[in-house]
Amino acid sequence: MERVAIIGSSMTQFGQREGWIRDLLAEAGTACLSDAGVEPGDLKHLYVSNMASGEFEGQGGIMNALAHDLGALPAYTERIDQTSSSGGAGIYAAWRSIASGASELTMLVGGEKMTHRSTAEATDVIASITHPCEYKHGVTLPSFAGMTARHYLERFDAPRESLAKVAVKNHENGVDNPHAQFRKEVDLETVLESPIVADPLRLYDFCPITDGSAALMFCPESVAQEYTDEYAVVAGVAGATDTHVVHERPDPTVMGGVVESGEAAYEMSGYGPGEIDVAELHDMFTILEFLQMEGLGFAEQGEAWKRVEAGETDRDGELPINTSGGLKSKGHPLGASGVAQGVEIYEQLVGEAGPRQVDAEVGLCCNVGGFGNCVITTIMEAAA
Amino acid sequence: MSDREMTAYRYGDGSIGYPGHPLGPDGQEPVDTVDLSEYTATVVTWTTSTATPPGVREPNHIAIVEFDVDGEPVRAIGQLTTDEIESGDEVRPIYAEELREPGAGIKIAESQAWDGFRFEPV
Repeated sequence: MERVAIIGSSMTQFGQREGWIRDLLAEAGTACLSDAGVEPGDLKHLYVSNMASGEFEGQGGIMNALAHDLGALPAYTERIDQTSSSGGAGIYAAWRSIASGASELTMLVGGEKMTHRSTAEATDVIASITHPCEYKHGVTLPSFAGMTARHYLERFDAPRESLAKVAVKNHENGVDNPHAQFRKEVDLETVLESPIVADPLRLYDFCPITDGSAALMFCPESVAQEYTDEYAVVAGVAGATDTHVVHERPDPTVMGGVVESGEAAYEMSGYGPGEIDVAELHDMFTILEFLQMEGLGFAEQGEAWKRVEAGETDRDGELPINTSGGLKSKGHPLGASGVAQGVEIYEQLVGEAGPRQVDAEVGLCCNVGGFGNCVITTIMEAAA
Repeated sequence: MSDREMTAYRYGDGSIGYPGHPLGPDGQEPVDTVDLSEYTATVVTWTTSTATPPGVREPNHIAIVEFDVDGEPVRAIGQLTTDEIESGDEVRPIYAEELREPGAGIKIAESQAWDGFRFEPV
């Protein structure tokens, strides 16, 4: 089986953008082609990670549209939808395309256009993934987060401030990300006094609604040096699924998809949690950073908050988490987010992270769809 | 579309799940139903949501609760009738004809039921 290299990346400005989904995808796709030194006609596969362009904008068929807009015909193209983990699923699909020998050059572009919708409308599009027994009660993803956070804090006697410190940390990291939606620090008091969204969680415990796109270029490692001397290798990638109905999980603080995809990615890569130098976790809500740290073995159950409190997940800590600013600060354009996580880890491994750069040879990203319904974990290593 | 029951499925392995699925854990077929509205439950956790989608009351108090059906635990989610609640409180299901406005959100009104049970402190 071919080892799969990543040889280029791009990311548009995240935030409120004037362009529509086709514009955003084309912007990231063009930039990624340029970054990797690839001609569009040389692409064999072109994947588009996107959750809901039809629901948000009324635009379907965006994978074929992008191939045409980029002059990439007749590359095979496919839209990857796995809700919020569409980007991670796109990495998995791109890896499979190269590892299997089906493609010699695959570009993945993830994107979402959301901000033209009101917060209530966007929340409803996302909540449409819930089971009818949840949806009819007005259950939203933020309300799952509120219930889970309350349970976590009560059960593990964790201080409310520890969740706020996730937001403070990730906003601090986002200041140095030129593509982040929010490039401003927030202090603990601001987070703790912001309006309640889903008690006990407040506004600054949640990621924003975002437009944006990101892209990665994949090829067999055997030809990577034809494009660049600095590249990363996908050492492990795996996905797993948890219950559709969230309350049917045996433990509200355990995301089975995180645990299962993480274990499989570790096994495939040969690395363990202690060998990860930097991680991008899906902090759509601050509580999710704790749950993923524990599910991926970075902390024992109920203990993640202690590592955050101790500063161990800060950029200069033992395990920097969300050096990009995370979804919290960078923004969360659904289909783009998993790809953007991969962009950050790739840039960290090839030394292109600028002021966010940490010392890293192995990085991990965990992309969560729904409230842990679908999860993709990817482990990358710097080229030897 | 309502049968005014809160119907859970009992599967071949003895487990009970709400809502029911065509196949249960490890592919077990459902063998019986249980009306949870005849039982009380304990609040596992809850929240008050202030950012609610179209057609949903604001604020919206929601809880995950756990029933004990003859020693078999069964969890469910639903609106609360009040925010005067704490984890561990005992609640009972109270029927409501319309939990949110059908068709106000993205889902087609005819695609699902909109009635169900809220939870009220005992």
